[in-house]
Amino acid sequence: MAQPGTDGHPLRVAIIGAGPAGYYAADQLLRQSGLVVEVDMFDRLPTPYGLVRAGVAPDHQKIKSVTAAFDKVAANPRFRSYGYVDFGKDLTLADLRAHYHQILYSTGAQTDRRMDIPGEDLRGSHPATEFVAWYNGHPDYRDCRFDLQEERAAVVGVGNVAVDVARILCRSAEELATTDISDYALDALRRSRIKEVYLLGRRGPAQAAFTNPEIKELGELADADITALPEEVELDALSRAALERSPDRATLKKVEILQGYALRNASVKSRTLIVRFLVSPVELVGNAAGQVTAIRLVKNELYATPAGTLQPRATNRFEELPVGLVFRSVGYRGVPLPGVPFNEKWGVILNEKGRVLAPDTQQPVVGEYAAGWIKRGPTGVIGTNKPDAAETVTGMLEDLTRGVYLHPSQPTADAAEALIRLRQPDYVSYADWLRLNELEISRGRPLGRPRVKFTSVEEMLAALGR
Amino acid sequence: MNITSILASKGARVFTTRPEHSIRQALALLAEHNVGALVVVDEAARPVGILSERDIVREAASDEGVFSRAVREIMTRDVIVGLPQDDLMTVSHTMTENRIRHLPIVENDRLLGIVSIGDIVKAQRDKYQGEVDTLQAQILAGTPEQAERKV
Repeated sequence: MAQPGTDGHPLRVAIIGAGPAGYYAADQLLRQSGLVVEVDMFDRLPTPYGLVRAGVAPDHQKIKSVTAAFDKVAANPRFRSYGYVDFGKDLTLADLRAHYHQILYSTGAQTDRRMDIPGEDLRGSHPATEFVAWYNGHPDYRDCRFDLQEERAAVVGVGNVAVDVARILCRSAEELATTDISDYALDALRRSRIKEVYLLGRRGPAQAAFTNPEIKELGELADADITALPEEVELDALSRAALERSPDRATLKKVEILQGYALRNASVKSRTLIVRFLVSPVELVGNAAGQVTAIRLVKNELYATPAGTLQPRATNRFEELPVGLVFRSVGYRGVPLPGVPFNEKWGVILNEKGRVLAPDTQQPVVGEYAAGWIKRGPTGVIGTNKPDAAETVTGMLEDLTRGVYLHPSQPTADAAEALIRLRQPDYVSYADWLRLNELEISRGRPLGRPRVKFTSVEEMLAALGR
Repeated sequence: MNITSILASKGARVFTTRPEHSIRQALALLAEHNVGALVVVDEAARPVGILSERDIVREAASDEGVFSRAVREIMTRDVIVGLPQDDLMTVSHTMTENRIRHLPIVENDRLLGIVSIGDIVKAQRDKYQGEVDTLQAQILAGTPEQAERKV
């Protein structure tokens, strides 16, 4: 058979995961001139966009506007979207190999890393991602419970997820009421008694992962004030020397903002956000009922690695912060997919520039690729997935030219659709999603909200008349 | 962003040579895998040096018998090594300042991989490209021309 990529014999590609990496890859594949490509995209959720819908904070609607670009991709007649189809359950790798020339995994980093400290599983201790998925109305997390009757909470980490969680905990009900936060979360946060939120960084202010716009935003909340400890935002000798060697304006600005926060007067607002540095949790302390009552911290000092990075090292000074809620946000990793080689060390699919590798030979597996966080790990912003996906697509096209691709027995869109219909009769097409989208937006309109999300699969299917 | 994000999509293979191997053997590996340097490891797979194409060129200029010599005679000892958690910006600074083109990455004395200055530049380019793209999409959001515009 001739090389696929013509009108009569299009290149058929399956993409698993409807987040940014999957859409950027689909876009680049469909844009190839002189090559006819058909893309079928699968997601285990009925709704698309991955973390843009389920991760990006509800008070950051502008960031979500990137979905306009994904809608354009989805409008291509050679693109089909199959929501609510679970790879490994509804469709197997063998099914895909029988229907597609190439398979691309873009499933993201779906679990959080643990702190590995005593007390981590006490009641009141949660992965920050569960809280994020809960307030964003992810169907798998709508039944999570967070005890917002507690007055003090600690968020471990200073990356963007940690900052989101701290900010949402500190927002007033009025601020949240104009967002697309899930209804049940809005209700729970309206009754929240949280007074103090600690954001805990293991290194110093110059090494904190948050960006300057993020940290500035924390200083402009309607009913929460931000503060820091003067001695913790003072730069240590190593950080000062590093900044003198390579003065980075953004870092200097960040330190300046934080030092400004440390000088702020006592709060008159209802809530206080306290940014702490050079501390690491060593234990969660609980009461007889198994509920978190405090987080025990060790103070850190910085040392330089041989390559010059400043890393934290524990001292022998400890302190205990009384808190009833703890959210950990200390890293993320991918979840292995059935039948797909996994790199346990880095928590990603075993790959080289997006080509999936066989563990024994370290040679590429024919027809299988990865893009996004499941390929490189959880780093970068949404747009970082564009060059990432481009690298993978380049490899896919090279392999195609070299004649290295799968030889499916039924390489047609209709055969694939027939199989999917058989395995998951309730699959949600892009047209279905556009209807759900309209319904969500119209539910939000009278309330002055961007949308009111459907948060359970049953609701979504019912809205589609199933 | 740290070194881990580079190693994650480089597979798990690291090309190594041994101190007692000949330069000829090492050259064959460099050519076969199209890489610019090999990490020199001892019996316990601990890195003891690095052998770059530049090391070989320098020796070859004055000694045509270089190919039969042992790797240990030519390799660079005192190698600066990186850790998976090393920060990309810092590493790029360190490599530029020390004129290093390859950095072996180790963890508990075990060799995990190697990153080249090319890897670092590419990761930084992708990071900036991604940020610019994201910012552009946000700036364009909600403006009237956005409807027509290709984001």
